[in-house]
Amino acid sequence: MVNGLSLGAIYALIALGYTMVYGIIMLINFAHGDILMVGAYIGFFSVVVLGTNIFVAMAIAMIACAVLGVVIEKVAYRPLRNSTRIAALITAIGVSFFLEYTTIFFLTPNQRVYPAEAFPVTNYDVMGITLSSKDIFVFISAVVLMVILQYIIKRTKTGKAMRAVSLDKEAAMLMGISVDKTISITFAIGSALAAAAGVMIGVYYNSINPLMGIIPGLKAFVAAVLGGIGIIPGAMVGGFLMGILETLVSGYGSSLYRDAVAFGVLIIILLIKPTGLFGKNTGEKV
Amino acid sequence: MQKTQHFKPVQFIIEVGILVVIFTLVQYLISAGLLNQYYQINLASICINIILAVSLNLINGFTGQLSLGHAGFMAVGAYASVIMTTYMELPFIVGIIAACLAAALAGFIIGVPTLRLRGDYLAIATLGFGEIIRVVLQNIDYVNGPAGIMGISKLSTWPWLFGSVVITILVIVNLVNSSYGRAIISVREDEVAAELMGVNTTKYKVLAFVVGAMFAGLAGALYAHYFYIIKPETFNFMKSFDILVMVVLGGLGSTTGAIIAAIFITVLTAALQSFPAIRMILYAVILVTVMIYRPQGLMGNRELGRRTFGRLWGDKK
Amino acid sequence: MSVMIIEHLHKSFGGLSAVLDFNAYLEEQELIGLIGPNGAGKTTVFNLITGVYKPDEGTIRFAGQNITGLPPYEICSRGIARTFQNIRLFKDLTVLDNVRIALHKDVQYPLLSAVFRSPGFFKGEADIRKKADEFLEIFNLADKRDEIASNLPYGEQRRLEIARALATHPRLLILDEPAAGMNPQETAELMELIRSIRQQFNLTILLIEHDMSLVMGVCERIYVLDYGQIIAEGSPEEIRNNKRVIEAYLGEEVS
Repeated sequence: MVNGLSLGAIYALIALGYTMVYGIIMLINFAHGDILMVGAYIGFFSVVVLGTNIFVAMAIAMIACAVLGVVIEKVAYRPLRNSTRIAALITAIGVSFFLEYTTIFFLTPNQRVYPAEAFPVTNYDVMGITLSSKDIFVFISAVVLMVILQYIIKRTKTGKAMRAVSLDKEAAMLMGISVDKTISITFAIGSALAAAAGVMIGVYYNSINPLMGIIPGLKAFVAAVLGGIGIIPGAMVGGFLMGILETLVSGYGSSLYRDAVAFGVLIIILLIKPTGLFGKNTGEKV
Repeated sequence: MQKTQHFKPVQFIIEVGILVVIFTLVQYLISAGLLNQYYQINLASICINIILAVSLNLINGFTGQLSLGHAGFMAVGAYASVIMTTYMELPFIVGIIAACLAAALAGFIIGVPTLRLRGDYLAIATLGFGEIIRVVLQNIDYVNGPAGIMGISKLSTWPWLFGSVVITILVIVNLVNSSYGRAIISVREDEVAAELMGVNTTKYKVLAFVVGAMFAGLAGALYAHYFYIIKPETFNFMKSFDILVMVVLGGLGSTTGAIIAAIFITVLTAALQSFPAIRMILYAVILVTVMIYRPQGLMGNRELGRRTFGRLWGDKK
Repeated sequence: MSVMIIEHLHKSFGGLSAVLDFNAYLEEQELIGLIGPNGAGKTTVFNLITGVYKPDEGTIRFAGQNITGLPPYEICSRGIARTFQNIRLFKDLTVLDNVRIALHKDVQYPLLSAVFRSPGFFKGEADIRKKADEFLEIFNLADKRDEIASNLPYGEQRRLEIARALATHPRLLILDEPAAGMNPQETAELMELIRSIRQQFNLTILLIEHDMSLVMGVCERIYVLDYGQIIAEGSPEEIRNNKRVIEAYLGEEVS
């Protein structure tokens, strides 16, 4: 159960990135999971090469990936802003493979182990439940980040701009909001959260590899759809639900089917209620 | 842009003639041992990839529905055919037919629920189903799960490969240049308007999907009986991605483009065999570059064929 | 018997009522107008009739049958065709293909016929071509048959849209702002066209229009919609002098 919450927290962080980007430019950012991977690697090198502690490593990863997210948006997605969504999706798939195989090319496809010194693992016994310091780290960091995000969205001008652009791009422009800048910031924040999640996965599971972003990315995407794509609280709820569901299935079923469960959930949602738990149905104007 | 179809005997004879020449030439080279292993493998891969690209183009290009699970149908066809030939020791033709039927059925079962979904959701759903097929196959002991099946007889000879390519192209081109094809294209152009002009868009989407899946199954059967080993991992998303790159590069909506791109990518893959990472990076770059700078791909909407060659034998407009 | 009877039609989006208790009837071969200020819900009514939206409540009967909630392609088969406010031609296809697609149900040959190019296929294609050409002749578009639709001048695009709709052999033709963007001369030609096709094809015609000269000029009866509800119904004369209508259009010329 504790596992489920930690896992859920990680999925929630990643799902937020998907949902924010979809909310603002209606794009399923296929490459989001791979940004997570880049974050994990940067965190890794920060600890191993620069000798920083895990918190600094996470911060560096978050900043670096924020930049990466902005660059990707500018180079690959912005030119397609007025194209069909399918065109943008195809491009996103291309970006995803690009990130994966560039990493493989330069850093080999092999796994690397997150050094244990980066994060001393101790176990605590609280009311009969064993809590590992890993769980505490993941859960608390994730919650802190989510709270900061909520603050940004609800209380700052940037957050207001983000909400405005996702509701009506043209109206926002007429209000003097820089749509380009707002979109860039959205990507930056989403990517930073993914990077944090990547570092957490590295710490939690101890190893990283260039293709590590695919499966968590997929599960987080399902989480975002489950909660209602484009809806931020939905992503958080969806993330936790997916984490708990996965832990339960792991407990009962074979792990070979564990990943397929995510696809199964996705297809069920898409067929029954594609707008997700919190979503509203808006039809196409004819 | 569709010309009205009339039967032109002279053109027909010339086309058949060209096909006969190509077939006999290659068959001769193979029988005389003049084509070494490397070229033969490439030739087989080219044929299989042409079938995959042309069939995916029917779904993605002509109907405008993004399907990302094409490899799944290939898997269904491959496994179905192998069960017929290797497990039940039936002739190759039975395996081929089983592959086509099984893949078409899979296309129908998957298509009917998913084709109701909107563009990007449809894409993700097809991706999901493609992966589900792979995972399910990994868990079926009858076909050895993840280890796959080995020692499949090499039944995909040149006549089978060539014949399959010709039939695939023929069927799909004829389908597209008919009222069925126009209905399918209208779905791509403007689904709402098409519906209001009386086109049952769901029916035509499913039709394209099933036909596309069927030929992917055919390709799967040919693949299994040439490369003699199949495992679920062979038919993963990366395979679907490869086919997608071919279709996008060739031009969504151009069969000729799909053929040219399939040949190009197959040759490129063979050349980069020792550098798999570079190959994937290159494909990713090609995909992104084409989408941004030349989304219509190499051929756009156009076909090489009637218009270009028509002038050779005195076609009148 | 009325060709179409609409009763108590309701449609809301989110909490907003777009159409509220809409009732109307159309007699055989009548030319009816539906007018109202922008946002009154006119296109929503069209979308409800043609099956693009499903009504929350109410019924639509056409030629004696209940067509409420049927899918659009089914409604088209029953004999209702339409054009669109923003011209929805198949832009990248030729003029000929636009019409041929509308004819796809007219001439049907089996799928296998198409694949194996049987004589039935060639005959079918020739038939479709002939019928398509006939329609294009009527609308003076025959010489443009191989042009890409989006290359046509605006007025011809609108004509093509009507031609395409007619190729589905409708009994009821619904036109959504057919005169939008036209100058007075084009509008006059359009009025002629509407009158002549009504006669030639025995059509009942329902149209939305903001151009009052066209509405007053061709329509025999007019419904006026405001905030989703009908506020008036009657002949052009009656509508012209109706106080509520004038108020609804406050600031606009009702000439």
